[in-house]
Amino acid sequence: MNRSNLEKISKGKKEWEEKQLKNLLKKAPERKSVFKNSSGIEVGRVYTPLEIQGFDYLTKLGFPGSYPYTRGPYATMYRGRLWTMRQYAGFGTAEETNKHFKYLLSQGQTGLSVAFDLPTQIGYDSDHPLARGEVGRVGVAVDSLKDMEILFQGIPLDKVSTSMTINAPANVLLAMYLTLGEMQGINRSLLRGTVQNDILKEYIARGTYIFPPTPSLKIAVDVFEFCSKEMPKWNFISVSGYHMREAGANAVQELAFTLADGLAYINAALERGLKIDDFAPRISFFFACHNNFFEEIAKFRAARRLWAEILKEKYSPKKERSLLMRFHTQTSGCTLTAQQPMNNIIRVAYQALAAVLGGTQSLHTNSMDEALCLPSKQSVKIALRTQQILAYETGVSDTIDPLGGSYYLEWLTDELEEKARKYIDEIEEMGGMAKAIEKGFIQKEILETAYHYQKEIEKGETVVVGVNKFKEEREEIKIEIFNVSKLEETAKMQIKKLQIVKRERNKSKVEEALCKLGKAAEKNENLVPPIIEAVKAYATLGEICGVLRNIYGEYRAPNIL
Amino acid sequence: MGLVEDMLKGDKRALSRVITLVENNSQNCEEILSKLYPHTGNSQIIGVTGPPGSGKSTLINHLVREFVRKGYKVGVLAIDPSSEFTGGALLGDRIRMLEVSLDSNVFIRSMGTRGTLGGISRKTKEVVRVLEAFGKDKIIIETIGAGQSDIEITRTAHTVIVVLTPETGDDVQVLKAGIMEIGDIYVVNKADIGNAEFMVEEIKALIASKSSNVSKEWTAPVIKASAKKKEGIRELVEQVEKHWNYLKVSGEINKLEERRVKNEVVDTLNRKISNYLLSKLESEFGKEIFDEILKRKESPYSVVNRLIKKFLC
Amino acid sequence: MMAEKIRVLLAKPGLDGHDRGIKVVARALRDSGMEVIYLGIRNTPEQIVETAIQEDVDVIGLSILSGSHMYHFPRILQLLKERKAEDIVVIGGGIIPQEDKEKLEKMGVKAIFGPGTSTQEIIKKIKELIGNKKN
Repeated sequence: MNRSNLEKISKGKKEWEEKQLKNLLKKAPERKSVFKNSSGIEVGRVYTPLEIQGFDYLTKLGFPGSYPYTRGPYATMYRGRLWTMRQYAGFGTAEETNKHFKYLLSQGQTGLSVAFDLPTQIGYDSDHPLARGEVGRVGVAVDSLKDMEILFQGIPLDKVSTSMTINAPANVLLAMYLTLGEMQGINRSLLRGTVQNDILKEYIARGTYIFPPTPSLKIAVDVFEFCSKEMPKWNFISVSGYHMREAGANAVQELAFTLADGLAYINAALERGLKIDDFAPRISFFFACHNNFFEEIAKFRAARRLWAEILKEKYSPKKERSLLMRFHTQTSGCTLTAQQPMNNIIRVAYQALAAVLGGTQSLHTNSMDEALCLPSKQSVKIALRTQQILAYETGVSDTIDPLGGSYYLEWLTDELEEKARKYIDEIEEMGGMAKAIEKGFIQKEILETAYHYQKEIEKGETVVVGVNKFKEEREEIKIEIFNVSKLEETAKMQIKKLQIVKRERNKSKVEEALCKLGKAAEKNENLVPPIIEAVKAYATLGEICGVLRNIYGEYRAPNIL
Repeated sequence: MGLVEDMLKGDKRALSRVITLVENNSQNCEEILSKLYPHTGNSQIIGVTGPPGSGKSTLINHLVREFVRKGYKVGVLAIDPSSEFTGGALLGDRIRMLEVSLDSNVFIRSMGTRGTLGGISRKTKEVVRVLEAFGKDKIIIETIGAGQSDIEITRTAHTVIVVLTPETGDDVQVLKAGIMEIGDIYVVNKADIGNAEFMVEEIKALIASKSSNVSKEWTAPVIKASAKKKEGIRELVEQVEKHWNYLKVSGEINKLEERRVKNEVVDTLNRKISNYLLSKLESEFGKEIFDEILKRKESPYSVVNRLIKKFLC
Repeated sequence: MMAEKIRVLLAKPGLDGHDRGIKVVARALRDSGMEVIYLGIRNTPEQIVETAIQEDVDVIGLSILSGSHMYHFPRILQLLKERKAEDIVVIGGGIIPQEDKEKLEKMGVKAIFGPGTSTQEIIKKIKELIGNKKN
């Protein structure tokens, strides 16, 4: 926009402010003196070309599928293929989960998503004292290769893509999966899927770490290295901001900390001697989508642009694909309310819309009753239907980045990018993400935001419908409750299975494999190959992690308050 | 009062209750402490101090484990600051990290400072006495950082461990003033990172330069440790034992104990007498007395002397 | 004379690592003048009860979001009984269905707070439960 035009607009705006606005404000002041979004950014009354002076279309936006990818990672986006509707689900035994998988596959689904129980996620066998009460609870229990065999019994692994939400022992579960593939006669290079393998965020939120940060990072990079050499179709990391957001981070913090985590992994992989173009294209991301509609859309757009810019500046990769950010989105669990749970359907719908307008590659929509219990079948279905209505009825998927060019949105995208970049610089100055986590900096920043948000709700400054405004007498809510006695039964059965595996395997082979693993760890070698050997000998997850616990030590996070 | 008897029989819950009564300065606090006093005086009190982030807590964890392994009964007191505004406190439980905290021979208690610095050291000293009476062989006091209160607390200790780390490069410079004079043992923690060797030499030099005005025969050792890698822990335990032995053989312990007891008497005296006289001040002279001083008709000294003459002589 | 303080032990039993809620509560309780001992994540019932006794707390507050509440709450109540420390008040929060909530309250859990509970409500309840003998 040229100068004379801008001057005209500026003059016009002043006139409008003098003639119309001033009088009106005198008679009827606005609802609040300051309007702010979740990141504390003050939002203006109205946006015009004046707020985005110097906005250069080609550097800021470009075109879909080209640098800086603000408008989307692909040239046709949803006109070519809709986002993947991926619902994370499933708990109970390996047998039950296997049945569920087969049902999903018979319905035409090709992607499987495995949720593991907490003992598995933290590297304990089901008979460990700390596993009591947790076996089979939030996912399936996997103690040894045997459980993996049951989990995928009758499912040819070359026909499916499997996403595993596993972090600290990602190397062990990956080893089990590829061994199972080999047992089915499928070469590991043909296997498709994802391991989350994002250990850094576990120290900040969620808490399923085992070892101290340094060896953990080494273990994560082992998986990078192994996969980039032997499993070209495998996504070896999903850098996750979701859990940090759920822990209380605002949009800017989620954006900054996730990208800073991503950079930490890149640096660690480069230190290992990997080449940027060999692994950067396979890094994927995972974000939350919260309530503030425009802030969230701006966040997604800023994320793609900032990632592309930083990668280009820092690592100058040769492949374009290395700059391109792909991400999965889940609507925000912490925005769901236990009060008037039906309202959650609406929240989820708005959040899903924002995620799609932000250009997500896949989407999980939460079920309305998740603040009350594990979701019921009915509510899971509504959540999926929400996505389908969005995709097929609203027309939002017909044009790429339809909000691009909005004065407000572009201004906001710039703001978020700038604020996130500041944070990332600050973290770099501390010596990177691992150091910032060790210092407790990230945890403190997030808790500060979470506490502030809670106080705002309690003061009524932030409105949560049904919680601090428009409240109703608690209505009677009918929920299906998961059968606890059945779970106790599950745990008992699981432990029995584990005992049988331990009895029937070749003991000396197990010992030999575990010993080899220990030696490899001491020599700082890549641990995936010796873990594969151990898995084949039916060493258990707990035994394998136990060897590493002895060497690396167990991490107990400082309680940062 | 069955509580004291139960505690002396080894009841942990009773011990815990007694500590609360002492901490709250409840009415029978002095009575309790008097009953316990005959049972005190047999423990080694170990103060651990050093700047925040030096890894004190992890080190203490290992120390406790080693002590327990040697068959000692161990008590730990961890001090955190209370909020001046609300009186509340977050007692971040730094020292409950190891399985050892479940050992029947270990007792760990967190305390908020609850007000003045003087208050904290007094209450800490009293709680230490309670733990002594309970039969703890080793009592460790951990404080959060190297402030005045830390130095105050270390006056109660027989053995003071100063923990430093090469991570914060200017430690030695900063700490030269206060902390370098109080340590009986120095630990350069997190020795796996950076300039540990350099720091060790620097501390040794500092100790040597100060040793001229220290009459003790004990030269503070400087230990390199890595709590992470469990290195230097054995050596630290050895030195703590050695220092305890030295105190006993040299007779230094008698001097320290004498000093402690004297301090207790003097502190109690100061507190009680001043409370007593303060309570008399207004009733005797009325509120106008301060006006008199303001108008320079009286001086603080003349007023206090009059008080003493009237009530103490 | 020093004021007595309400002492509260906050902990997450089991392996669940979602600690946003309990940390926010910890801060709010501190700001209301209580002394809060925060044990963090991954605690066994034995650790929690032993700590509660050593720290002589008035209240134990537990947070569980993984669904393992029907194991951990009863176990902690039982251990308190074994240690003759039933006078320590047990409260909790998390995603706990109404039916389980009623069962737990019958067993002796004094209050269970669901999502959306304000920290003021929790503070009020604790003061009510402990009585006004302390500030």
